[in-house]
Amino acid sequence: MTTNILALLPIMIPIFAGIIMLFMGKRPVMHRVVSGISGLLMILAAIWIVAHVFQNGTMVTYIGDWMAPFGINVVIDMASALLLLTTSIITFAVVVYSFQSIGIERERYYYYVMVMFMIAGVNGAFSTGDIFNMFVFFEVFLLASYVLITLGGTKIQLQEGFKYLLVNMISSNFFVLGVAYLYSVTGSLNMADIYLKLEDYDGSLVIMTIIAVVFMFVFATKAGVFPLFFWLPGSYYAPPMPVIALFGALLTKVGIYAIARTYSLFFIDNQAFTHQALLLLALLTIILGSVGAMAYTDMKKVIIYNILIAVGIILVGFSLMDEVGTIGAMYYLIHDMIIKAALFMLVGFIIYRTGKADSERLGGLIRKHPVTGWMFLVAGFALAGVPPLSGFYGKFFIVQSAFDNDHYIAGIIVLVSSLAVLVSVVRIFMNVFWREEMDFSTLKPIKSDKLLFSSIGLVIVSVTFGLAADFLYPFFEMAASSFHDPASYASYLTEVE
Amino acid sequence: MKSTLKKAGYNKVQKQVHDVFLQFTAKVVFFIIILFAFKLFFAGHYTPGGGFVGGLLAAAAIILLLIAFDQKTVEKVIPIDFRLLIAVGLAFAAVLPTLSFFFGTPFFTHQHTYVNVPVFGEVALHSAVIFDIGVFLTVAGSALLMIKLIAEEDA
Repeated sequence: MTTNILALLPIMIPIFAGIIMLFMGKRPVMHRVVSGISGLLMILAAIWIVAHVFQNGTMVTYIGDWMAPFGINVVIDMASALLLLTTSIITFAVVVYSFQSIGIERERYYYYVMVMFMIAGVNGAFSTGDIFNMFVFFEVFLLASYVLITLGGTKIQLQEGFKYLLVNMISSNFFVLGVAYLYSVTGSLNMADIYLKLEDYDGSLVIMTIIAVVFMFVFATKAGVFPLFFWLPGSYYAPPMPVIALFGALLTKVGIYAIARTYSLFFIDNQAFTHQALLLLALLTIILGSVGAMAYTDMKKVIIYNILIAVGIILVGFSLMDEVGTIGAMYYLIHDMIIKAALFMLVGFIIYRTGKADSERLGGLIRKHPVTGWMFLVAGFALAGVPPLSGFYGKFFIVQSAFDNDHYIAGIIVLVSSLAVLVSVVRIFMNVFWREEMDFSTLKPIKSDKLLFSSIGLVIVSVTFGLAADFLYPFFEMAASSFHDPASYASYLTEVE
Repeated sequence: MKSTLKKAGYNKVQKQVHDVFLQFTAKVVFFIIILFAFKLFFAGHYTPGGGFVGGLLAAAAIILLLIAFDQKTVEKVIPIDFRLLIAVGLAFAAVLPTLSFFFGTPFFTHQHTYVNVPVFGEVALHSAVIFDIGVFLTVAGSALLMIKLIAEEDA
């Protein structure tokens, strides 16, 4: 009874919020109220889900009362539950941030509706237990994101939005293709069922490897992994700041989650090829992201290239696929979602306040905004993984796992990339907040209490997460278990049989 | 589009053409398409059809009117805000599966029964129809809204 209702709440709350806002018409203030309240409700529901999953194990509901391998089911294990909680927190923060930054025109043209529909899609992709259903939810959030990236219709938005649309359409087509291949091999779409069928699979390894490569192509495009990242820096640069924060924090992470799920459940036979290829691509992504992050002085660009570094580091953890590595990857995944949103929001605040995105042209802001400045430094340290902030634990476990598995180069690259992150973020900090003072009369008089509330709020959440990492360890151990021990994810099916 | 046609020598394109044949045929064909749309809509669930194709066909019928007559006429015939149509459709589609929360059944669980109606005999009543009405309205509404917006932009 509880599982039937609870598991659907993260998907249904944003959908209902969107529908209510559609009925209201173009009334921005009411939209703000509805989306704010639904953001809070989602956080409450997600906390309840985490508690429920922690006590009772994986939560499963059979949609339409169809039995497990045949119908679609929503399966929320600890990894999904934690991701749902993080998504809800970020959604609430971004919605509050949008009140004062997105502009009344965009608000009037259903901005919040699209945010809510996108969150419904993201939550759905995190919680579904069916690979085709995951494709459907990918489409749901992609459709909403096409609107969000072009909403407002400035020249750069349309130009980059078109690229984004094209790239995602093509990779979605390949997603369907991959699912079709998988179905023709296994005869099932339920992810746990596919795992059980592939466990004693004695057919050709080549076909499974091909499917693995197709899936990698699809999700690597969505996540921005090395050869397929080309659309990311441009497309994420175009939309307004709250949308960038939402995209940077959530959308690439859905791709990573999908890679982790499929590579732990389906492609277990030929790990020597598939997981090594994944590791190689992840390392190349880290190197490329580091180069990009250090090359630019534009604040937005620096943070966008930091997304690539984080994607690489998380994938290193997931490609190692042992207990320590996946715990580290889960830690780093959650940490990165929160801190990326916080950093984008802080950078957004600086850009809205000064009107300039290039950090070289700013200086001395610490006199005007001391709290924001130091919070930015804390966020930068957390991003680089300075203990005891939240980024440290993820990197620690990932590097430990890399050395355990004799991947010394991988471990060293992850460690060195922290330096690149630190240099890139601290250089922004020093340029913007220290140095000689810029002309303060050019600062724009903006209302900023809500901007600072959500950005500093997220930094505080991140710091708390870092300090409470020890207390949260059992949660992450449980979350990682469904990746390094996929049988535990599939256990709800075996129990039924 | 218009300028390209003009260059090609089609000077009279801009004028709204009162094509008697088209208008007369449209009036008749409109009802056939609408009826077929409803037939497809009710055929769904057990046989091919359903809300999506039904909605698309209904939208196609109205678009035929739009081509044969002009936008003002169509707005007079169907005085509905298509945005509201989408919202109502979505509400139908979202509320119905959520109702199963109150009956303690899993999401999207359907309920059905058979009733005896005097003339038609035994008729199946199915809760999925309400969901399908939602799909029908949403699809028809969004197709029409798109066409309408594109048409307005050109003018």
